[in-house]
Amino acid sequence: MSGFATLLYKEVLRFWKVGFQTVAAPVLSTLLYLLVFAHALSSHVQVFPGVTYMQFLVPGLAMMSMLQNAFANSSSSLIQSKITGNIVFILLPPLAPAELFLAYLLAAIVRAMVVGAGVFLATVWMVPLPLAHPFWALAFALVGSGLLAALGIIAGIWVEKFDQLAAFQNFIVMPLTFLAGVFYSVQTLPPFWQAVSRLNPFFYAVDGFRYGFFGEADVAPAASLAIATGAFAALSWLTLFLLQRGYKLRH
Amino acid sequence: MPAVDVRGVEKRFGAVCALAGVTLAIEHGEFFGLLGPNGAGKTTLISAIGGLAIPDAGSLAVMGHDVRRDYREARRAVGIVPQEIVFDPFFTVRETLELQSGYFGLRRNAAWIDELLEKLALTGKANANMRSLSGGMKRRVMVAQALVHRPPVIVLDEPTAGVDVELRQTLWTFIRSLNAAGHTILLTTHYLEEAQQLCSRIAMMKDGRIVALDSTTRLLAAFSERVLRVKLDRCELPQVLTATATEEAGGWWRIPVQGSAHVEDALAHLREAGAAIESLEVAEPELEEVFVKIMRREALAAIEMAPGVPNLLGQFK
Repeated sequence: MSGFATLLYKEVLRFWKVGFQTVAAPVLSTLLYLLVFAHALSSHVQVFPGVTYMQFLVPGLAMMSMLQNAFANSSSSLIQSKITGNIVFILLPPLAPAELFLAYLLAAIVRAMVVGAGVFLATVWMVPLPLAHPFWALAFALVGSGLLAALGIIAGIWVEKFDQLAAFQNFIVMPLTFLAGVFYSVQTLPPFWQAVSRLNPFFYAVDGFRYGFFGEADVAPAASLAIATGAFAALSWLTLFLLQRGYKLRH
Repeated sequence: MPAVDVRGVEKRFGAVCALAGVTLAIEHGEFFGLLGPNGAGKTTLISAIGGLAIPDAGSLAVMGHDVRRDYREARRAVGIVPQEIVFDPFFTVRETLELQSGYFGLRRNAAWIDELLEKLALTGKANANMRSLSGGMKRRVMVAQALVHRPPVIVLDEPTAGVDVELRQTLWTFIRSLNAAGHTILLTTHYLEEAQQLCSRIAMMKDGRIVALDSTTRLLAAFSERVLRVKLDRCELPQVLTATATEEAGGWWRIPVQGSAHVEDALAHLREAGAAIESLEVAEPELEEVFVKIMRREALAAIEMAPGVPNLLGQFK
């Protein structure tokens, strides 16, 4: 097994060994969102014709939890290794910066996919969903979780304390995922907030992902995919740059 | 080509100068000791060898591979046991060693892992979670982790801190056998007795510089001596001996002696003078004495070099 494959395996094993925390818990909280919001709002909102609010919510909630878990996986793994000091066991072997990057990235994407699949498995019996363009849905799932996985690696490299990571998570990742059009269509917002929403790269991941199910979206899916992929590429480049420089990892 | 080649390495952390131009060549098969007080720069130097610290100036190579340019080959050639006890609480001992092998691209390493476990007295703990191990055991797992890829150069940064006597012996027997099999060993330790027994050559560091570098034998000969220590029972030291002897606490005298003949002579003088010897011992040269003398010399040199204090120093010399 190559060094990269081993690190990927270790990173997947790491979250799988604590699956209650890393998979079951996010699936459950997504279900709670679905039940509460659907009950409170279902009679008032219809976003797309022929699509109930429950149906509208499921892909958005699934994507939100995929984004959050992709970020949580890479960032928490790195910060734990840094704080406990066992990061040396990864820094001493002959692993290239690109290998480190890909292993942390892919492990986070795997966790996001498992959580996403968990959300659909848990909701499919009460909310039947169409699947108009499965490949679009898959593309957005991969790019969206990749984007947050890369951001998680940057956060994990950059922060020095759990407190700082919590700040990153609660003041940047949470608001940006919550306000990415998960609970509403941005078309319903006043023009100013619509424009603000369009500055949020996570919005394109949610909107494009939903297109994969209903064949309808606020933004053309190709444009969304281009923007999300562009953001992913930019963050990946930054992550690789930091890893190559040894920023905050090699002193 | 030396096994470890350090040339003019400098490293600053903010205002602190951790390495102030270190040049050092460790030859193949050496058992090399790197000694110095806390903060001398030993760990920074080891980190730079392993690529954990990036020097501001100078170059480092392991088995001829530059640690920056040919980092893959350089890291394959060296196994480092870090000073701090660190572990991944998610895994068992065997998983930890299998993962570490994998990071070096080694697939089928079970036989060597079994041997490492046995040599380090860890076989019984192979399937125990890392969290459940004692500090000494965790440290031995770290030694095994550093050796999974059979590196030609082995670096141990204070490997025996907090390890009990018996396990310390197990560890040294194993490391000695690796050295005998051709592995180059670089050791830092605060146990100078250990360094004296194990290391064939020693470098002493202070304030980021190497202040002494020689074979253990020559360092001992130059800075330490064999002494006869006698405790006299209510009588004076004969005059022939007072020139060289120094008085110690508790009525002990310290008389430098080169060989056994000198010991005989000194005792003869004592007998002639009718001195009643309450107690006596012959102390062999000790690395600790070498260390203390060199560090004191360096401290004085540092004061001398500092501007504005030369007059003050004259009173203490």
